[in-house]
Amino acid sequence: MRVMINGKSEPVDDGLPLDDLLRSRKLDPACVVAELNGAIIGKEAYASTRLSAGDRLELVHFVGGG
Amino acid sequence: MNSFISWGAVDPMAPIVPNDDLIIAGQRIRSRLITGSGKYRDDRIIRDVLEAAQCDVITVALRRVDLDRPDDSILNHIPKDKILLPNTSGARTADEAVRIARLSKAAGCGNWIKIEVINDTRYLLPDNQETLRAAEILVKEGFVVLPYISPELACARRLAGAGVAAVMPLGAPIGSNRGLRTLELLEILVEEIDIPVIVDAGIGRPSDAALAMEIGVDAVLLNTAIATSPDPVAMATAFRLAVQAGRMAYLAGLGPQSKTAQASSPLTGFLT
Repeated sequence: MRVMINGKSEPVDDGLPLDDLLRSRKLDPACVVAELNGAIIGKEAYASTRLSAGDRLELVHFVGGG
Repeated sequence: MNSFISWGAVDPMAPIVPNDDLIIAGQRIRSRLITGSGKYRDDRIIRDVLEAAQCDVITVALRRVDLDRPDDSILNHIPKDKILLPNTSGARTADEAVRIARLSKAAGCGNWIKIEVINDTRYLLPDNQETLRAAEILVKEGFVVLPYISPELACARRLAGAGVAAVMPLGAPIGSNRGLRTLELLEILVEEIDIPVIVDAGIGRPSDAALAMEIGVDAVLLNTAIATSPDPVAMATAFRLAVQAGRMAYLAGLGPQSKTAQASSPLTGFLT
């Protein structure tokens, strides 16, 4: 299936838990905030949140800024 | 001789003016210098810059992760005891700022937020109206709100009334290093606004920071002036000293100005 991640359509395994996706992309779940279809996902729910076809996922983190 | 200065404080890293902490949202901030974490050629220098500047508060921005090129988090370069002040840069409306603020809070690094709503690309001047709207929402949600604004009294009053923790008027456009172009308006805010006034943006030289502190602003926030210096650590030290000097001058009280000369030496007893 395909999921919109940060505005780009990406191939993702059906029902993949969010924390597995982060790990497969070499992202540290502690440093990344996720917003799924407009709703913020708490870090404690990363393991229980499964992705579905057509989901819109935003993955953000802190960068340098003024 | 009476002086508020503690001459016993010989440690150059110790605060020179005792018991002069800045209080924001009930929290004691020892340093009146707040810095940003952007624009460094190498983020590994940030730790040394913060040490030199003796900063307690540092700003960060929230951006999409680059899935093709995951980089290390900026948080790896910021000591854990600092207060993180995420900004809402990239927001063009109040709603976008609120969304960024909520995402920032979900990162689990505190509830401080610098509201920055900008829809002008040339001067990056803030939209005070949208900023006020975002502030009203975020204060109600329990954020410690520090809005970046054009120095406009009516707006600053409304923000204070809405319960923001401080107002952060600009001295000059972001990253311009042009100093306190808004000086007279800043002086009015200092006089009229009861919550902390923090000059944010435009400060290019330590003397700009000292001037801001001399007129009585509570703190300064700067990024570009340090980050783009060939020697950021030395510049951070210079800004720390300038902020302390300006603060001390403000507390001491400046001597009166006059149009004509006022002789410093006695006008009697001249040799004839």
